[in-house]
Amino acid sequence: MKEFNLDQEEIRGLNQHLHDMPSTDPNGSVTVTNPAGKHALAVGIDTPAEVTIEGHVGYYCAGMNQQATVHINGNAGPGLAENMMSGKVIVSGNASQYCGATAHGGLLVIRGDASSRCGISMKGVDIVVGGNVGHMSAFMAQTGRLVVCGDAGAALGDSIYEARLYVRGSVANLGADCIEKEMGEEHLQEVTELLEAAGMTDCKASDFRRYGSARQLYHFNIDNAY
Amino acid sequence: MCGIVGLYTKNDRLRPELGTLLSSMLIQMSDRGPDSAGVALYRNPAAEGNGKVTVQSPDLDEESMQSLQQSLDAVFGSVSLTRRANHVVIEVPGNAMEAARMIEETHTDLRVTSSGQVIEIFKEKGLPKDVVNQYRLDGVDGTHALGHTRMATESAVTTEHSHPFSTGLDLCLVHNGSLSNHNHLRRMLMSEGIRFQTDNDSEVAAGYLTWRLSQGDDLEDALNAALRDLDGFYTFAIGTKDGFAVLRDPIACKPAVLAETDDWVAMASEYRAIAQLPGAENARIWEPEPATIYTWGG
Repeated sequence: MKEFNLDQEEIRGLNQHLHDMPSTDPNGSVTVTNPAGKHALAVGIDTPAEVTIEGHVGYYCAGMNQQATVHINGNAGPGLAENMMSGKVIVSGNASQYCGATAHGGLLVIRGDASSRCGISMKGVDIVVGGNVGHMSAFMAQTGRLVVCGDAGAALGDSIYEARLYVRGSVANLGADCIEKEMGEEHLQEVTELLEAAGMTDCKASDFRRYGSARQLYHFNIDNAY
Repeated sequence: MCGIVGLYTKNDRLRPELGTLLSSMLIQMSDRGPDSAGVALYRNPAAEGNGKVTVQSPDLDEESMQSLQQSLDAVFGSVSLTRRANHVVIEVPGNAMEAARMIEETHTDLRVTSSGQVIEIFKEKGLPKDVVNQYRLDGVDGTHALGHTRMATESAVTTEHSHPFSTGLDLCLVHNGSLSNHNHLRRMLMSEGIRFQTDNDSEVAAGYLTWRLSQGDDLEDALNAALRDLDGFYTFAIGTKDGFAVLRDPIACKPAVLAETDDWVAMASEYRAIAQLPGAENARIWEPEPATIYTWGG
């Protein structure tokens, strides 16, 4: 196991080490200490490594991740796991604005709260949040699943496409073209699987409500024009 | 983009280190604002019946300090001057706001950066590390402080356009963001008697709060009114004589982190500034909610 102490080592060295790891080696692991809110840690990985960051991270941690599992034992700044393709990113604390933005795949787990614009323009990622999400979460979300064990802020799912949103607590209000939908058997199954994958088995799938697109904004409608 | 930081001490323990801690926070925000930097320090209260005015002049030296002392003595009777690089803190008898106006009228080469009982503002173009070194902020004591690193978007890069802005006694504001209705508000505020030194949007926000406070609002009321009247993006940190406040606009795209321990409350654009403080790793850390007023002291 390789350790990087960012009090003494440069971020460039950490990311280069991760980029140089073979993309098929399942045994790689890296621990990062003293992140002190630094930016762009563990970005652009394409190997099934286990990366553990001990402390709070700044902007864009684990961006563009493929295959790797990145644990952050702390809070994350804006843009966590932006454009993730696959793998897992797990945060023990809270995540700031637009976590999981445009992410195509993989699993993003926030044990605490996620701030505004969580999952904005998500394109296939699964996001499970143990606490609340802020306003404008899942804005223009295209596909993937967002599970929120707490409450959702204002304008949830504004201009949403085909992502599926599940919220256990209250929703301040829904954004344009986002509506509540029925929870069918397949949805209960889906939420159960996602909660299990995120290790949040103290929540029951039956406590969640489902939200998605009313599909009224898909085509140009002259009545919507100013 | 800009960087803002604020540090409010909750007991005497950290006060001797205020300048040192604020400097290290400010330097962490260099990437967010390499154009200029500035600080507002709340420290060393003026004697009973006196006020403090901080002024800036591009070319201060021993000789000009002597002539400044003489000419200010002639205006005010007797004043004490404390020079810090190209700024001078002047302790004057009576009301600091009136004194500031007299200084502006009688010394057109000086620019007033602050007036009040306790506030001192130092600001300059350049990298934050150069600015804090220039003002030798290490070891400067105080109760609370704000800092700003600027990446200009709405107006020129000059000393006058640097933050913090102070338009009223002991009131000071630092801003990350941009206001879109500042010209309209400036005209309205000027007609209400608020004076501005620049065409900067953030100075308008400071002037707006000064105006509301002069109308009898407390800081919380003034900030509630600001939420209604200011249009644009903002994270503000605000200092008063004995208080500290933080406000983000309802959209809240401009970042902000708050942290609190038994000894201090800190605000910064990014956690890496807060990480410089003693005990940061065990602090309660959270992101201020949009359109929500946070205040301490005051």
